[in-house]
Amino acid sequence: MRKLALSDDILLKVDKPARYIGNEVNAVMKDKDAVDIRFAFVFPDVYEIGMSHLGIQILYDMLNRRDDIWCERVYSPWTDLDQIMREKEIPLFALESQDPIKDFDFIGITIQYEMCYTNILQVLDLAQVPLFAKDRTEEHPIVIGGGPCTYNPEPLADFFDIFYIGEGETVFYDLMDRYKEWKASGKSKQEFLEMAAEIPGLYVPAFYDVTYHEDGTIASFEPNNEHAKRVIEKQMVLDVTNTYYPEKPVVPFIKATQDRVVLEIQRGCIRGCRFCQAGMLYRPTRERDVEMLKEYAYKMLKNTGHEEISLSSLSSSDYSQLEELVTFLIEEFKGKGINISLPSLRIDAFSLDVMSKVQDIRKSSLTFAPEAGSQRLRDVINKGLTEEIILEGAGQAFEGGWNRVKLYFMLGLPTETEEDMKDIARLADKVARRYYEIPKDQRNGKCQIVASTSFFIPKPFTPFQWATMLNREDYIEKANIVNHEMKAQLNHKSLKYNWHEADVTILEGVFARGDRRVGKALLEAYKLGCIYDSWGEHFRYDLWMQAFENTGLDVAFYNLRERDLDEILPWDFINIGVTKKFLQREWKNALEGKVTPNCRMQCAGCGAAIFGGGVCFEGKN
Amino acid sequence: MKARIKFRKFGAMKFIGHLDVMRFFQKVMRRADIPIAFTGGFSPHMIMSFANPLGVGVTSDGEYFDIELTEEIDMGAAVECMNQTMVEGIEVVNMVPISDDKKRTGMSIVAAADYLSNVKNDAFPENWKEKAAGFMEQEQILIVKKTKKSEKEVDIKPMIYKFEIRENGVYMQVATGSVENLKPEVVMQALGQYLGADLEEASFVHHRLEVYALAEIGKSKEFVSLDKVW
Repeated sequence: MRKLALSDDILLKVDKPARYIGNEVNAVMKDKDAVDIRFAFVFPDVYEIGMSHLGIQILYDMLNRRDDIWCERVYSPWTDLDQIMREKEIPLFALESQDPIKDFDFIGITIQYEMCYTNILQVLDLAQVPLFAKDRTEEHPIVIGGGPCTYNPEPLADFFDIFYIGEGETVFYDLMDRYKEWKASGKSKQEFLEMAAEIPGLYVPAFYDVTYHEDGTIASFEPNNEHAKRVIEKQMVLDVTNTYYPEKPVVPFIKATQDRVVLEIQRGCIRGCRFCQAGMLYRPTRERDVEMLKEYAYKMLKNTGHEEISLSSLSSSDYSQLEELVTFLIEEFKGKGINISLPSLRIDAFSLDVMSKVQDIRKSSLTFAPEAGSQRLRDVINKGLTEEIILEGAGQAFEGGWNRVKLYFMLGLPTETEEDMKDIARLADKVARRYYEIPKDQRNGKCQIVASTSFFIPKPFTPFQWATMLNREDYIEKANIVNHEMKAQLNHKSLKYNWHEADVTILEGVFARGDRRVGKALLEAYKLGCIYDSWGEHFRYDLWMQAFENTGLDVAFYNLRERDLDEILPWDFINIGVTKKFLQREWKNALEGKVTPNCRMQCAGCGAAIFGGGVCFEGKN
Repeated sequence: MKARIKFRKFGAMKFIGHLDVMRFFQKVMRRADIPIAFTGGFSPHMIMSFANPLGVGVTSDGEYFDIELTEEIDMGAAVECMNQTMVEGIEVVNMVPISDDKKRTGMSIVAAADYLSNVKNDAFPENWKEKAAGFMEQEQILIVKKTKKSEKEVDIKPMIYKFEIRENGVYMQVATGSVENLKPEVVMQALGQYLGADLEEASFVHHRLEVYALAEIGKSKEFVSLDKVW
């Protein structure tokens, strides 16, 4: 029987020991002596969050298809175990083999959100691996990062040997092959990194030097090694049907956040909302074949025993075969006690019909994401949702028996005025009014309209990447304006308003658009005790501010200025296909309130057509 | 029709709590294509009831749950199917048809269970086995039972049906179920107290051997393991 890394005493003392024992259904076990490469795949957050992530499941399956690689999973130990591991100097281990990952060939870390950065340091630290890439030798694993945050990897540059920019399905096998050659050759780590730097999409931060102007902006960003590419091309799978997808995802024992079969129906989004990073990064939109998805639905449900299946993508309503797929899932699986969990869909006759089939109307709510309260501001952000569409959809739903609506907005968008903020409350009230237009005897009691706001954070590779953010007090003031206006509405008793904390927003802002220098503040914050920053109960704004002070970094430099169009941005060396010219054009259109049509209506010439596939070539073959 | 499934829980699986084991077996039912019945309503769930929850950290050779089937199946084949999609640490031992009588579900008929409890460290005095012989000779075995509001003394001796010293630990048969329920750790604590051991230091490992119902056989009542009563 497998020997566990932690003793019974420890496992019985910590919360949810199932987080640390592995052994789940479909977890891959191999003979460690029969493989050439041991790969630890890390999600730097707690098990239940990490296990819900589709990307790891895809790459775990892909890497383990090869007999010469054993890929295992690692998640951040929760704070209780974290403390015990430090006290007893227990090295962080992988779930499958329970072996310390410091002895592995690779530590691959997926970086999904900025607020997990301290947990990356926690993982390396607990693994007993030096935090800085420059302190790691041939004796240590190669630390490689991937995921959405690596489109601006600079804040983490000092801690990683390699970043993989783009979708994981393309060059991992290549890298593994090169690694095997290198391992057999006995050459230095430097030589391995030089080899890796030549693979498309791989970025070795140590091979680049950054200099700065006196005002703090970047003066130059230059390769210092002849093997390093000047521009890193984003990696992308053009054919998302004939590619890797797990038939047997790992099934956790404890309830994960996403405890279900997930079918990723498409990548990318045709919409072009100007605040949305994913909408730009994953261009062009690529759909999976509906027959492939049906087949996987069968296999994955059978192999996991999950009682729920959900669809995943950006803007799922734009998937051209959605009706066929959803109808199939309902007809095939509903009768077998499988829940069909729908993504948020555009509200129309079709979606209301399927929603009424798979959800209890009395318990479910409708979701709209207008993102901005006024049409003016929605034009600025290029969000195609109009008030008419919202009221029409809500009206249909109310007549069909629904009485709960959720509305999502952002505060702090470029050009926002007080009127735009107040329009959030007014729009919520209009939805409520639409409900009360229904005669009393035909409606289902009172309605509940919940409006939520988050604060806008400009992200790299969006038309808003040059925009300024605000300071904490301004954010709180904005939320107060909306809150006050909510209370002034006719139907205020049917309205509810939630807003996000401003503190986390500020840090996310710094790390989203930060440069190499902010890594110092990150390390300092970690040393001061910051960890699990995405968890409200652990987030310590005071310590973070102290970390910035201690390292002499100015939050305002990163958050409180509009960047010049010709400023060198820390992520400019990455080419995602979408051109900087297009983003600049869109930034200008935004300021003029000019709308850009979606990819299917009219090509806006963003540059992603260079990949030679997806929506750019739909109907052209 | 109804069926009772007996399984073992060992190794790392002892860290999986009762609710998660239930969820685990719901998924086993689907993976093994067991034609299990569902309740009605908008969110139907499987008709499945577990006999007696096992604490986290405890292993077992005799765990049970009852399910309702929509059709007759070959139970031997079903056991094989289930074990093919299993993990290390859970093993289905058998599956038997049981009466459709609602009152006779595993949950309600459990009356006793056997345990092996071992002392994990040397918290007990060296000659504890000799001294322990007198444990059951006491007139009463009093323990303090703490509830939210009060503390009261309870005599657990009537709930201990068998008690033997075996190798490095204790074999016991104790009252289990919805009427009376005695946990093995309570017995071991009482034993430790009797031996004058430092209970702060003591740690035990418990293993459940079997779960019984009280069955009428002729004129007498006997404990019969759950897979033998239907």
